[in-house]
Amino acid sequence: MQFPILSIIVFTPIITGILILLIPAERKTEVRVTALAAAIFALALSIWVYFSYDIPAGGYQFIEKYSWLPQFGISYHVGIDGMSAPLVLLTGVVMFTGVLISWGLDDRPREFFAFLFILATGVFGVFVALDLFMLFFFYEIAVFPMYLLIAIWGWKETREYAAMKLTLYLFIGSVIALVGALAMYFTSGLGTFDMLELEKAGFSTDFQILWFPFVFFGFAVLGGIFPFHNWSPDGHVAAPTAVSMFHAGVLMKLGAFAALRVGIMLLPEGAKFHMGWIILLTLVNVVYGAYIAMVQTDFKYVIGFSSVSHMGLVAMGFATLNADGMLGAGVQMFSHGVMTALFFAVVGMVYDRAHTREIPRLGGFRKMMPLVTLAFIIGGLVSMGMPGLSGFIAEFPIFMGVWGTAPWIAIVAAISIVITASYIIRIIGRVFFGQVPEEFEGHITDVSVLDKVALVLLSAILIVVGIYPAIMTPLVESGVNNILRLLGGA
Amino acid sequence: MSEYVFEPWWVVAILPEILLVVLAIAILIFDLILPLESRRNLGWVAAGGLGLILVLGLIFSRPTSDALMWGGMLAQDWLGFTFRMLFLFAAAITAMFSMDLPRLGNRGEFYVLMLASTLGMMLMASSADLIMLYLAIETTSIPLYVLAGFLTQEDKSTEAGFKYLLFGAMTSAIMLYGFSLLYGFSGTTNIYELASRFQQGIVSDATLMGVLLLVLVGFGFKISAVPLHFWAPDVYEGSPTPIAGFLSTASKAAGFAVLLRVFLAAFPSLAPYWGAIIAALATATMTLGNLLALAQKNIKRMLAYSSIAHAGYAMIGVVAVSQLGASATVFYLIAYVVTNLAAFGVIAAVGRITGSDEIASYAGLSRRSPWLGIAMLVSFLSLAGMPPFGGFIVKFVVFAAAVEAGMIWLAVVGVLNSIIGLYYYLTVLKHVYLYRSEDEGKPLPVTRPYAVGLVVLILGIILIGTVFAPWITLSGSAAAGLF
Amino acid sequence: MEIVSNYLLTFILFSPVVVALILMLLPRDQENLIRWVAFILSFIPLGLSIALWLGFNSEQPGFQYQEQAIWYAPINSSYHLGVDGISLTMVLLTTLLTPLAILASFGISDRVKAYMVLFLMLETGMLGVFLSLDLLLFFVFWEIGLVPMYFLINQWGSEKGERELWGGRKMSARNYASFKFMIYTMAGSLGLLLAIQMIGVVAGTFDLLKLYEVWPSLSQPLFGLPISTVKAIAFWAFVIAFAIKVPVWPFHTWLPDAHTEAPTAGSMILAGVLLKLGAYGFLRLVLPLYPEQSKMYAGALGFLAVMAIIFGALASYGQSDFKRLVAYSSVNHMGFVVLGIAAAAFATGTEDANIALNGAVLQMFNHGLSAAGMFFLVGVIYERTHTRNLNDFGGLFPLVPVYGGILIFTSMASLGLPGLNGFISEFLVVRGAWPIMSVYTALAMIGLFFTGAYILKGIKMVLHGPINEKWVGHISEISAREIVVIAPLLVLMLWIGIWPAWILNVINRAVMMFF
Repeated sequence: MQFPILSIIVFTPIITGILILLIPAERKTEVRVTALAAAIFALALSIWVYFSYDIPAGGYQFIEKYSWLPQFGISYHVGIDGMSAPLVLLTGVVMFTGVLISWGLDDRPREFFAFLFILATGVFGVFVALDLFMLFFFYEIAVFPMYLLIAIWGWKETREYAAMKLTLYLFIGSVIALVGALAMYFTSGLGTFDMLELEKAGFSTDFQILWFPFVFFGFAVLGGIFPFHNWSPDGHVAAPTAVSMFHAGVLMKLGAFAALRVGIMLLPEGAKFHMGWIILLTLVNVVYGAYIAMVQTDFKYVIGFSSVSHMGLVAMGFATLNADGMLGAGVQMFSHGVMTALFFAVVGMVYDRAHTREIPRLGGFRKMMPLVTLAFIIGGLVSMGMPGLSGFIAEFPIFMGVWGTAPWIAIVAAISIVITASYIIRIIGRVFFGQVPEEFEGHITDVSVLDKVALVLLSAILIVVGIYPAIMTPLVESGVNNILRLLGGA
Repeated sequence: MSEYVFEPWWVVAILPEILLVVLAIAILIFDLILPLESRRNLGWVAAGGLGLILVLGLIFSRPTSDALMWGGMLAQDWLGFTFRMLFLFAAAITAMFSMDLPRLGNRGEFYVLMLASTLGMMLMASSADLIMLYLAIETTSIPLYVLAGFLTQEDKSTEAGFKYLLFGAMTSAIMLYGFSLLYGFSGTTNIYELASRFQQGIVSDATLMGVLLLVLVGFGFKISAVPLHFWAPDVYEGSPTPIAGFLSTASKAAGFAVLLRVFLAAFPSLAPYWGAIIAALATATMTLGNLLALAQKNIKRMLAYSSIAHAGYAMIGVVAVSQLGASATVFYLIAYVVTNLAAFGVIAAVGRITGSDEIASYAGLSRRSPWLGIAMLVSFLSLAGMPPFGGFIVKFVVFAAAVEAGMIWLAVVGVLNSIIGLYYYLTVLKHVYLYRSEDEGKPLPVTRPYAVGLVVLILGIILIGTVFAPWITLSGSAAAGLF
Repeated sequence: MEIVSNYLLTFILFSPVVVALILMLLPRDQENLIRWVAFILSFIPLGLSIALWLGFNSEQPGFQYQEQAIWYAPINSSYHLGVDGISLTMVLLTTLLTPLAILASFGISDRVKAYMVLFLMLETGMLGVFLSLDLLLFFVFWEIGLVPMYFLINQWGSEKGERELWGGRKMSARNYASFKFMIYTMAGSLGLLLAIQMIGVVAGTFDLLKLYEVWPSLSQPLFGLPISTVKAIAFWAFVIAFAIKVPVWPFHTWLPDAHTEAPTAGSMILAGVLLKLGAYGFLRLVLPLYPEQSKMYAGALGFLAVMAIIFGALASYGQSDFKRLVAYSSVNHMGFVVLGIAAAAFATGTEDANIALNGAVLQMFNHGLSAAGMFFLVGVIYERTHTRNLNDFGGLFPLVPVYGGILIFTSMASLGLPGLNGFISEFLVVRGAWPIMSVYTALAMIGLFFTGAYILKGIKMVLHGPINEKWVGHISEISAREIVVIAPLLVLMLWIGIWPAWILNVINRAVMMFF
């Protein structure tokens, strides 16, 4: 038997979470060190998995399969392909940086890290799941700690409202998708939840057309698709820094990824039928999201809405159903994850010092925090799709994909690039450059070494992928080929 | 009647019931010998005894084949067995949770009444005859009336007992009327014979449905289905907390046991009709239960409404009229019993110290006692249907049963309801984890029986929620006997 | 050395980045060390490009020193570099101007490290555009150059000045200028981006050498539109992007702001190299990819070029700000480049077209020299007087005779005095365009007249006339360092003016390969 590396990745966080709960509450340093150790371990393993994936061989690798509920044909079945491998890596990265950023958290860190790690297990689980039931199982595990994390450690003004809104939105989405999954299970007649089997079920076109919207939108809610994106900016804003990073960085990918894996891959005919109008919704996401971001005055809301806009590009890439679009969407999931984690980390650092996020009241932070400024600029450039950074590598093929299906949408969507540029430049100019307001003069300190490590890591990833896309794109392409096979070469 | 000749295995089959009687007598004796200050330990005796019976039952009384016994009064099958073991478990936990309550835990008669009620439930679960069934229901109910009103110094408790009695008596009378009509039409009281008699078309389907409605009134009361749910919030609120837990779990499960047996075994031919009615009831029960729970300020009332809602989910499995459906209901109840006991356990442990059952009084709980906070978190999330807790997989199976039976709309209703449910469970957790209170500094001691009971329950919830296969096998074989 | 000559272009392209990385490791407060390291190491790319120049075989057709490596395989884009005569000239210009600009910015004392790093990044961005033989890679470097330039203007631009926006809000002029620069260029490149994507989707490759063959010959309808329409739209998308960069009238309004607010060295690079990117885009992409459309719309392009020449000159004449005057002169001079290109596009393959194109490329190089020189000289006097207002100067010649001489020399080169470089290239453009677009050329000559007018005005108001008393004793002569900066430019201006063959030979071969 091979080394069960994926299982170890999946269960490392939750086991650590439970261990952390057993540490006495007042020994906060031990809690943090344990969390960091586990995060490093998970990151190391996910890097190892990422680089040892055999691209020419393609398909699903590192497969493990154990019977879980044989009566229903449910198994514990994990494996990764070119689409999920980058996401596993992303989760490892965000988990690691999230722990670093939260080092200074002082209110019940034990519970905080425990919940955060349970969340991480859910996320890892979804990305590696090859069984439909298992996917749901971990999906829900990923959703509920979010509530507590936001409600307990979030921003006092809106945390209760935002946490509840977020949880209910996501829960509604997932249970609706669940009904669709059950319909698939019974209609297929195969008596299995194994997605590799269900791929071959050959559902009738009518069935696929009927059920595709349920499944797709059920998950896409978490991906922030218009008009179900409303929870996301509120949630991002209310969440504590590390949770925002996880939330926007990883959790939204969870929705997009599940919509892809369950919606598009299992119901390809339905996807072909519906994508014509879904792509319009994603267009709204992209442009409207960017516009709303532009008119915000709260720093964190800007970033929150920019996530809506960027995740719209992911959905748009999926909606093209062609090689370029999917490739771009795959890379964009990773790129946006890292980028937005970086953004929220920066926002958190600024807020921790200024105690306000109103852009007009901030200013001159480059003087106090030069590295943070640099990191934000890099993230901002990624967000603008600046060539040489990962955002360009991701967005360019998405647009190419859109050209292949609906040229005018590409043209309209391109407006978002200019809008994005304008708000990013505005923030850079206002928050980081410009005059330091008197109230901050003298008592704003630079960030800690741990924070810097996190920022450098995130920025470095964005640059490396941008300059040398071969580190990621062939991998994603192999995943895309698998999807295209299911779509019948469409 | 001549076909039933006594066989020795009959005794083995009802070994748990016999031992239960022995245990009750033993407690009565201990009650006399133990000094007052150590009478609390009667709880350990009851719990330990129940646990022992559970183990012995699992070892010796497992049904080997489906058969009737004791003159056709009782049935030996996995359905009955599963529920009986479940009742023993629930009773053992309840005994532990009751020990440290003042004016309750140190009274021998309390445990005896509870054991008597448990005995009644166990008989309910395996009775194969209307007469036996009625007797069992009354054996269950009458001690429960007393237990609900056990705290005679408290008006609310008295009110609860009295209310429960009135409602119970009335619905039981209606049900008895239904039973008598069934006997009158068919000439038999044996549930399994009823099926074959009625298939000959003695009476029109419409008449028979009317009669079944009468019977359903009695069962509906037990499982607190809408519109027979009125008693539940008041009774739960007034009763001692462990008893409320017992009522909402074991007693409800017993109701489902008979519901499953009578409707599925005796009237499968009428399934389209009663299926539609129960589907409507399930919808109403879930929706009303959840909606009313939203507005509650008292946690016991909230859990009462939530337990009404859960009855609705469990009924979905009955509506599906399939083996999967029946096993889904059984599985649902297993998980629900474990989960809800845990929830009431936490409430009992907290209420004992704070003296309040208001949701607001749970503010800052996680700071006062992190472990009770976690227990509350686990049990409430399980009630809400979140993995990796038991509540998730059972909801999944129940909805699967509905989808399999082609009743996607019912699954959707269930799904929407579970969202409402999530909302109010999270609201409570918000108090536990988020809000601060002035009492945070005060300790909240958790005595050993609570600790033991809660640990067992929490582990059980997680076990059900992660290792599904044995439970599905168990409930599957329980359901198999019905078809 | 084997490896260097095999991957010479890569070394040229990335050596500035390596230098930038080295700079990053230096301590922040060692400002002088940083300056000198940046300056000295910036000769590495220059040395390498001279090696490239010497190793370049101008007799051989096509691109030389080609390198190709996997970059973005899934969408068939590769790291493909190569040079021909045109790009070689531009590479030389870039690597020459960068050390000079760095030397010119020794006066910067605010965040020297960041400044130098950005400058070197900018150099790589510009070199990348000139060296790319892959459409996507071209775009990558095209955009990368924007970022350092934005920050150079935004952070190190002139600190004075305010602009009032709509709504009465005020922002500092450098913020305004940098924002305008960024948004203009980004908006312009948006169309370019979309067109590139479209080409990529249709042709299935981004390799320019392949696209040169595939794209112009494409004939089936696309997206339900006739191919000619699609190509016309894409053509204009390209043209607008490059026209903004050049800048061609009426897309030039960002330029005076950006130039005026940029630090001296930034203006040198901006005028000297960055504007050439646009013209280079016309040559490298528009003409070969859209021969038919170019021919069809050459008239319109010629018209815009003439407008740029005339209005650029007029606007320049109307300025009272010395730096703005020089800025508008860029619009004027770059108009000749575009005129040459338009003429060549109209009459592809003819002798005249060849001459015009030769002139255009040489004009790019020459303008690079003279504009950089002019901006530098403006910077020199600004540093001493802290004003750019022409009315504040006057009669400075006796006070700073060396500076005055250099200014007159450079101005004359810019004016197109025979014997200096400007004359050669403008003459070639006009000579080539005359038979093809007589009317436009004639109008352009009127523009040339105004060119003379504004340059003379500048010289007069700064150097001649009554002495403005307040500068007496307050203005110092141009320093040795500054002379070192300007000297190479002066030498080249003269050299090309007298003996242009050495460079024209290289350009001419490339231009002839074009058709």
